[in-house]
Amino acid sequence: MSDARVERILGAVACIVLALIAGMVVFVFEKAWPSFAHNGLAWFGGGGDVDLQLEDIFNSPANPSDYVYTLHAWPLLWGTFVVTAGAVLIGIVFSLLAAIFIVEFAPARINRVLEPVVRLLAAVPSVVYGLIGILLIVPFVGNHLISVERQESVANVVQLDGACLGVGVLILTVMIVPIMIAIVVDALRAVPGGWTEGAAALGVNRWRVIWTISVRTARPAIVAAAVLATARALGEAIMLSMVAGSASFAPNPIDGLTFLFEPTRPLASALVENVEGLSVVPFGETLFAFAAILLVSSMFLSLAGFAAKQPMRKYGVQP
Amino acid sequence: MTPPPTGISDGWPLRDRVGYCAAWGAGLTLIGVAAAIVIYMAYRGTQYFDLGLLLESPNATLNQAQSGGFRDPIVGTAILLVLSTLIAAPLGVTIAVWLTEYGRPRWLARTVESAVEVVAGTPSIVLAMFGLVFFQQQWLGFLTFDAEGGAVLGRSFIAAAAMMSLIALPLVVGATREALNAIPGHVREASYALGKTKAATIRRVLLPAARPGIGTGTALGMGRVAGDTAIVVVLLGATLQILNGGGGSVFGLFRGTGSTLTSYVYYNSPAGEGLAPEKAYFAAFVLLVVVILLNFVVTRIAHGKDPGWTR
Repeated sequence: MSDARVERILGAVACIVLALIAGMVVFVFEKAWPSFAHNGLAWFGGGGDVDLQLEDIFNSPANPSDYVYTLHAWPLLWGTFVVTAGAVLIGIVFSLLAAIFIVEFAPARINRVLEPVVRLLAAVPSVVYGLIGILLIVPFVGNHLISVERQESVANVVQLDGACLGVGVLILTVMIVPIMIAIVVDALRAVPGGWTEGAAALGVNRWRVIWTISVRTARPAIVAAAVLATARALGEAIMLSMVAGSASFAPNPIDGLTFLFEPTRPLASALVENVEGLSVVPFGETLFAFAAILLVSSMFLSLAGFAAKQPMRKYGVQP
Repeated sequence: MTPPPTGISDGWPLRDRVGYCAAWGAGLTLIGVAAAIVIYMAYRGTQYFDLGLLLESPNATLNQAQSGGFRDPIVGTAILLVLSTLIAAPLGVTIAVWLTEYGRPRWLARTVESAVEVVAGTPSIVLAMFGLVFFQQQWLGFLTFDAEGGAVLGRSFIAAAAMMSLIALPLVVGATREALNAIPGHVREASYALGKTKAATIRRVLLPAARPGIGTGTALGMGRVAGDTAIVVVLLGATLQILNGGGGSVFGLFRGTGSTLTSYVYYNSPAGEGLAPEKAYFAAFVLLVVVILLNFVVTRIAHGKDPGWTR
């Protein structure tokens, strides 16, 4: 086979990925369109109980012109936002510290343990995290951390049974931290040795060197890590559907600490939990609307993460 | 020459000491969390250890004495692993070779590169939903399980594996590219100097040298495939037992539906209907062992990475 032809065949195969993404956007949006079209911008707004609305959609009459589509998905969107933001904010601080530890301070013996540990935490399936959460942490929180007064204080709005926002954020943090550590460690290691050695030679202590030189050089990678972890957290469905409670409730920050103990349901979990209803046409289309929101946001985040990694190349640092 | 001080020394400002201690704390917490997970799962796994469960087929019944074990989920996991690797590995290697060795025109290569990132970032539940509409098309009906009356459900091992391979794909591409980039230019030049074409160089020189990288990426991808639940729940359905889809024993098996360890754990946890936490724990333990083994493979491959002659 001639060389030119090999090049063309390989290139054509690589372009399958492009076709795939185009296909994904077209197919998912085509299915999702009726739900968006019927609700307009109110789709993103609040009002009413999402669970009841979903039930009505599920039970809509068989005649296509009578399909019910009314949905105000704000509680799901808010739940997604709060859980993701919480996990990423805690995660980025924690993983930055852990990455500094791995690159700079950890004795070789500890580093030999830490490397497989990070890989293990990244590899544990989300259903196993969910199982530990639902059988160990949720009962603990429900029995010991939520006092009766606290339950009564919000009894007329929502029931607190241990499955809650706080547990979801906690476990989600553990799940996304390894991704961030991997990216940040690579970036910190890629900082040219001369830069840090130069600072050290001027008598700057080791913490200052890594904090002011390495971390600052690696800033694009830290942004990229946060963005990619956000994409990952957005799509986490199984674990959150197991531990974050089974009510489409929008936790209210005004409730103070109780906020953390209120149940919520992010978009992705709502999707997984309702999968059995896919064959009901309007219900399926509503679920595809959820998928469309997730698809668009994760696409933008991936591209943003890809772009954020580029500036490091400017310094000749390969992240 | 005295080695540079490794620890916290006198004269550090308080801020730096706090940061230093926080870094230590973060590192040790990480080890603690991982140890807690492994020890807890091992404890629960051995507590409910029962070899018989591995060999029994599951039954959908509320009576736990009769609900059987999880032979079918294990077989299902194996089928998915094999099928999705068969799709992801060749595709991923091809893309990686094109990106690193050809990559022309530049704009197209950059687009493909970012597209792979997009695939990596897409939630598996979204991939699953896409897979469902894609395989529900009439002309692809022969690949999936038929409902009674001939409606195309879009559910089968083939559909699930196709979408699973997309989870593994970015990992294969990434690891292969890294391996190809690590091969020094003079190796390629030596091959050209001997009169080999670029295609022959890739096939005979570069790919063999990149084999550890390809292996690492594939094993990492398999770990992700074994651990994914959302795609299984959507594209394999909720049947615990493996159902043959018809059309030959092997092809029918691939066309059929079933379950995997992940969906078994999900349905047997309090979140599903099964309410058999002991079985969920043991199945989760088996799953964790599979994943840890795949990780071990990665570590072994990564250690034997350096074929001496490329140095």
